[in-house]
Amino acid sequence: MGLLSDPNRRRALISLLTRLNAPICGMPVDWLVKTMQARGLEVFTQRFSRTLPFPDENNERYIVEGTNVYGILRAPRAPRTEALVLSAPCSPGDDNNQAVGLLLGLAHYFRNQVFWAKDIIFLVNEHDLIGMQAWLEGYHHTNTTGMDWSPLQGRGGSIQAALSLELSSDVVTSLDIVLEGLNGQLPNLDLANLFYAFCQKIGVLCTIQGRIQRNDWDSVSGYSHAVQTMMLMVMKQASGRSWGDHGLFLRYHIEAATIKGINSFRQYKTDATTVGRLLEGMYRKLNNLLERLHQSYFFYLMPSLSHFVSIGYYMPAFGLLAVILLLRALDLWVQLATPPSRNEDGVADIEQSSTGVLSVLTPLVISHLTGAALYMLPVRFQEMAVEHFQVSETEAVVLTAIAVYTGGLALPHNTHRLISGEGTEQGWRVLKLVAVLYLAVLLGCTALINFSLGFILALTLVPVASFVTPHVPKLLSAVVLVILSPAFTLLFSVFIFQELQEMPVSFQDGWMLYLSVISQGILDHYLYGSLVYPLIALMVYPCWLLFWNILFWK
Amino acid sequence: MAAPLTLLLVVAVTIRAALYRSSLAEVIAERVEVVSPITAWKRVIEGLALLDLGVSPYSGDVFHETPLVIYLFHFLVDYAEITFMLADVISAIALYLAVKEYNKQVVRKKQKFALEADRYPQDCLELIRSPKEMLYIPLKVAMFYLLNPFTILSCVAKSTCGLNNAPQIITPHCFKISFAVFLCLATYQSIYPLTLCAPAMLYLMQRQYIPVNYRRASFWWFVVQYLFMYLGSLFVLICLSFFLLGSWDYLPSVYGFILSVPDLTPNIGLFWYFFAEMFEHFRLFFLCVFQINVFFYTVPLSIKLKDHPVFLMFMQLAVISIFKSYPTVGDIALYMALLPVWSHLHRFLRNIFLVSCVLLACSVLFPVLWHLWIYAGSANSNFYYAITLLFNVAQILLVSDYFYAFLRREHHLIHGLYLKKKDGSEATLVLK
Repeated sequence: MGLLSDPNRRRALISLLTRLNAPICGMPVDWLVKTMQARGLEVFTQRFSRTLPFPDENNERYIVEGTNVYGILRAPRAPRTEALVLSAPCSPGDDNNQAVGLLLGLAHYFRNQVFWAKDIIFLVNEHDLIGMQAWLEGYHHTNTTGMDWSPLQGRGGSIQAALSLELSSDVVTSLDIVLEGLNGQLPNLDLANLFYAFCQKIGVLCTIQGRIQRNDWDSVSGYSHAVQTMMLMVMKQASGRSWGDHGLFLRYHIEAATIKGINSFRQYKTDATTVGRLLEGMYRKLNNLLERLHQSYFFYLMPSLSHFVSIGYYMPAFGLLAVILLLRALDLWVQLATPPSRNEDGVADIEQSSTGVLSVLTPLVISHLTGAALYMLPVRFQEMAVEHFQVSETEAVVLTAIAVYTGGLALPHNTHRLISGEGTEQGWRVLKLVAVLYLAVLLGCTALINFSLGFILALTLVPVASFVTPHVPKLLSAVVLVILSPAFTLLFSVFIFQELQEMPVSFQDGWMLYLSVISQGILDHYLYGSLVYPLIALMVYPCWLLFWNILFWK
Repeated sequence: MAAPLTLLLVVAVTIRAALYRSSLAEVIAERVEVVSPITAWKRVIEGLALLDLGVSPYSGDVFHETPLVIYLFHFLVDYAEITFMLADVISAIALYLAVKEYNKQVVRKKQKFALEADRYPQDCLELIRSPKEMLYIPLKVAMFYLLNPFTILSCVAKSTCGLNNAPQIITPHCFKISFAVFLCLATYQSIYPLTLCAPAMLYLMQRQYIPVNYRRASFWWFVVQYLFMYLGSLFVLICLSFFLLGSWDYLPSVYGFILSVPDLTPNIGLFWYFFAEMFEHFRLFFLCVFQINVFFYTVPLSIKLKDHPVFLMFMQLAVISIFKSYPTVGDIALYMALLPVWSHLHRFLRNIFLVSCVLLACSVLFPVLWHLWIYAGSANSNFYYAITLLFNVAQILLVSDYFYAFLRREHHLIHGLYLKKKDGSEATLVLK
């Protein structure tokens, strides 16, 4: 009878230890160092630590401390100017237990070859993305996210390409490639083509988004299968998350992808040796590169591994949506420029236009202040929220965000009445002109950086932005406006995403998933610099509030 | 009017001080749209460091400011932020007073002509502005200058563009010929304000009621006086610079740099991309073409606008800002501040919506495409140059639109507002 025999106490102790992140089963650093040295690599370690702004309940961590171990295979007869990276995240438990073994096996094999012209860095990072961020920041001497890491003792030159491995079993039935990186950035299409070409050559089944491509393009079901695969990619890109450890390399202009081994119920299984041959082939091709991969597309969507939709095809769709906004702006401008059929002299006109400008400024300022509150309050006031309510910090953050979002709906009804009595017909037109142009520019810039996010926002916000005036039926328009607001778009996206992955969820689970998506989005922003959360809080939400204000204009 | 102006100054200084204290100051100081190799603060610090070491600040091709500026900052480097804020404040006050003076002159001219009321056709009385309408214009001009995001960015980046703008702004304020010194100061810092000589001379001649007629002796006598003053001050400034630093190094480093454009860092101008892809064989030819383009419009515009020197000055400032070799957003803010003075032309402007949309969109797209090119690696210099081209085309369209509107208003004032062709049907005006 001891402390740990009581299951409740055991759970409490485990959660306490998880909170403090004391290494019960950390990474076997010394063993890795010894093994890599035995294979003839130059081995170095890097310690890093980071306190998350609030506890991460998905991965159960709060104060993260860890060590990255990496070994450099020096090119036998080349100057040390360029490097390639092969990485495997090491997590405790069964999650990725075979990848490190494959990595070490490849290191041993590569050591015996003489044709390497670039250094190869074999990296084992702890705490997946956090460790990878620490390593990349240390390698490139930048510190953009406030992490604490020890400097790297050994370097290998400018990194040309990187691959990250995730293998949970020693035999696989298919290999999946993950391309989406941070902020929706994608590696060069040549890297995906390289993977596909090698899979065909070696005879391994390859998938993208976990779905096998079909050959019947002409039939409806084949077409819809491809559309669903593409929609999955759009949603993953729009979330701005890095869906594999490779995602953080892309920011440094390094082409990277993650290769996952999937073991499902198929007869034909491929063993680790074949996977190793595939990786060796890919690395030999990357070794022969004279310049960075830049010849193929950087902006594409893939309905399957052998087909892609380039920016030249999908951008006109977005352009047409943006044109709607510009036409509406032109229409409003013409309405504003033609004076109404009343007789007024020039003085009254100027007075009216000046009060028009002032009454536009007030909703703008208030919407942006609300947006700033949505950005800053959740994380700043989590301690206060935890004191007053019985929730954990993560829930406090997410619920504060939702509360500020909903509170913003109540606010703008009365703002313009505070300043100048009542608004005028001119007033709401000027505000709508400003709001529509603001939305057009915002969506344009978003689509350039992260096309999927820009497109999804455009699909939901453009129809609303165009038709809303104070004269449409208020209740119906209010309901439509709320349903098409960014928060609800996110909620629907969560359900659609689960449907597309053939793992549909009930409403309860979907809601919990939605809350965890919000908390992950906020964490991504603080940990890796993802732009989705500040964009939505500081720009898209205030813009949406302007339309809400126009709807209720008196 | 002093109270709103003071309030405006306080607000502007607060915004700038708040931005200086935030972390955005370093980010803004590195943006290529805001600083150029001529105006960057980093380079001023570098030049000061070299000067302290006893080496010529122009060695190493880093520093391209004039010796007066380096000596100014030698004493003021600890108060740099206050200096730039003060420069902005002085420019705003100078603009305010200059526009007020100009408005008074317009009213006087109009009132004088109203006496000879048969000079103007009956139906264009609505085109003549009343003093009441023009009451708020000086304040609006000062507001447009101080609260323009371009000016704020330029000030927070500590770009010496603000110091270059100040003498240019004081120029229209001069009603004495001795103030040619200010224009000379502006020319000394960057060569392009040389073209502002013509509008300045025309303005002074208008103030002193000297007729602009090349057959009259008084015209030539005035021109000789002004040029003597101007060239004399220029000569004094150049010799002073020589004695300050003891050598003539600054001439190739400052003026040679501006004219021969060796540094091709991307900016919002038109030079960098062209000269990056130019073959060496043709470089001199295209350099001459591009530089002549800036000075080329002076003579035709002066002949056309000889009765309207302030508008001519506005056009010249715009032309300099668009076509100079290293433009920044601070230069654009300077001529945009003068737009409220021509707010009465609003009814004749044809492209204002398109131009303002394009300018707004391009200003936002500059950092986005820079990020995609330099950091993400997904775009290349063509994307950034496309936005630069679009931005400059929009500016040119804006300036030509105002020119059209101005000339059209003058035409209506002489020929009546509703024009009829010989057979009585309505006519339309075309700018040839």
